[in-house]
Amino acid sequence: MTAGTFAPAAGFGRRRGTELSLIVFAIVLTLTAYAATGLAHGKHLPTDMVTYGLGLVALFGVAHVVVRRFAPYADPLLLPIAAALNGLGLVLIWRLDLAAADSAREAHRAVPRGAAPLQLVWMCIGVALFVAVLVLVRDHRKLRSYSYTAMFFGLALLILPAVLPASHSEVNGARIWIRFGAFSFQPGEVAKILLEVFFAGYLVRHRDLLRLAGRRVWRIDLPRARDLGPLLLAWGVSLLVLLRESDLGSSLLFFGIFLVMLYIATERGSWLLLGLVLFVVGSLIAYATIGHVHDRVTAWLDPFNNHIYNKKFGSSYQLDQGLFGMGTGGITGTGLGQGRPNLVPFANTDFIMASIGEELGLVGVMGILTCYLLFVSRGLRAALGARDGFGKLLAAGLAFSFALQVFVQVGGVTRLIPLTGLTLPFLSYGGSSLVTNWVLLALLLRISDAGRRPQAPPAPAPDENATVVVRP
Amino acid sequence: MSAVLFVLHVVVLVLLWGLVLAAIVAVRHDVFGVRRQPAPTPTAPARPAAPKRAQPAPKPQQKSQSKAARTLVVTGGPLAGTTLPLDNTPITIGRADGSTLVISDDYVSSNHARLVPSGDAWVLEDLGSTNGTFLDRQRVTAATQVPLGTPIRIGKTVLELRR
Repeated sequence: MTAGTFAPAAGFGRRRGTELSLIVFAIVLTLTAYAATGLAHGKHLPTDMVTYGLGLVALFGVAHVVVRRFAPYADPLLLPIAAALNGLGLVLIWRLDLAAADSAREAHRAVPRGAAPLQLVWMCIGVALFVAVLVLVRDHRKLRSYSYTAMFFGLALLILPAVLPASHSEVNGARIWIRFGAFSFQPGEVAKILLEVFFAGYLVRHRDLLRLAGRRVWRIDLPRARDLGPLLLAWGVSLLVLLRESDLGSSLLFFGIFLVMLYIATERGSWLLLGLVLFVVGSLIAYATIGHVHDRVTAWLDPFNNHIYNKKFGSSYQLDQGLFGMGTGGITGTGLGQGRPNLVPFANTDFIMASIGEELGLVGVMGILTCYLLFVSRGLRAALGARDGFGKLLAAGLAFSFALQVFVQVGGVTRLIPLTGLTLPFLSYGGSSLVTNWVLLALLLRISDAGRRPQAPPAPAPDENATVVVRP
Repeated sequence: MSAVLFVLHVVVLVLLWGLVLAAIVAVRHDVFGVRRQPAPTPTAPARPAAPKRAQPAPKPQQKSQSKAARTLVVTGGPLAGTTLPLDNTPITIGRADGSTLVISDDYVSSNHARLVPSGDAWVLEDLGSTNGTFLDRQRVTAATQVPLGTPIRIGKTVLELRR
């Protein structure tokens, strides 16, 4: 790959006007979707249309102003895409709340508390943290000196739910929570970013060792046995997370991120090969020993089998309902508020893509996926533009983890791969995930700003006074 | 009522794709590459074609002289793919965090080398590095003018100036 082929023109400009107009576009899209849902459900526009619109304008306006002030050269696409996904997600969660309330009224049960107001609160917290990261982290290279601190806290957060008693960590069979009273949080989401900071710092320091030492066997560069340590450790931790917490998604995400960052740092395919072998071995162990994983795989392979569909635990009911929903939606969908996506269990978290498929159809699903594609490509662009190895690896890791999460999530819902319990970034209901993704966005903007900023006058060199002799 | 809902449904889908298209148009230079201009003279090298986009602050001397370098491109080593837009400020290269181009490489000194503009040309100076700076395989011992497209080797990293 030659570098010059996609080198853009010198001088990127600030592009903040582009960002602002795209954010306005995203808000208009969200409000139209909100109006369509309200009209379809209650035959009139939602009464809080104006306050809701003003709230969105205020929230994304603050984010935009902060970017303008603290990261003026950052990529103009990342924030608007996140705003559009988050806004649409909020509308969908509200729409599922309405359906849940309706069915409760029909059955003369108490109307459950809505998820949308909570999601709005989490959105505000997310934007607040986004602002905090941009204001406090003025130079992403500073993060490098905290890489081992990040590792410590990241691993602690990842392992904490496995150590806590089940009453404080278990929800629906997965021990991935920290719960105290009404407060609940998924620490694995935050651990993801902390561990990426660590991987980037560690790999920048040790990449030469991992790349160059080792023997060449049959055209494959094998690393030395003692350099395998970190890879085996990452594998062990992800398997431990899987065994103790039954969290298929996080364990896959964690191992995948480590593997890809190792590959990006060393540019050696042998690591990918070794990682894939380890992945297959781990999957086979999980399939053979963990009932939960076994259930997921059988439901994936044979979802329309009557026996599997009617099983009490680990049935394919949820997967099938999602598929039926997307099938009902067809190419253009039923229209917002006019389908029945609430028939799918956990429609607002794990299966929000099925709701989109039912009400906005294939056209809507492809639109959302293209938004994700653009977001990831801009993240990788920030990595290409970064002028230091740490920023490059961190941006690539963040963008890749985002992509992997979308792939594993949508792949699970559309039955391309077995279902895992991950959230869809920015769209799904879930506080920890939303807040983490706003922080991820802030870090990507920071790295992209550093890469696109014209040069500041450099730090004085030690021999500033030396005479410059120009040899013709 | 159903007609209104249908129209709104179409509007939502159109807006969603409109956002996607607007976003792609906004970064079309990155997605589709820069449109190339024909070379100004037949003798000029065709490969580093001048981008059509105007610079934010065009320098009069750079505008008139097509020979001035506008980007520093990393063509080899761990940072390959990085480009630095050049203006009239010196560029420092080294392992230190304060350098313009930070190279994390054991063969690179903290303050390894620097590129200083001098009129239209760029001058390369070694800042007393341990392993040396090489301009087209020649070790740089005094400040040396860097022609366009000539590889500068620092540790495992290769850089060159492009228009």
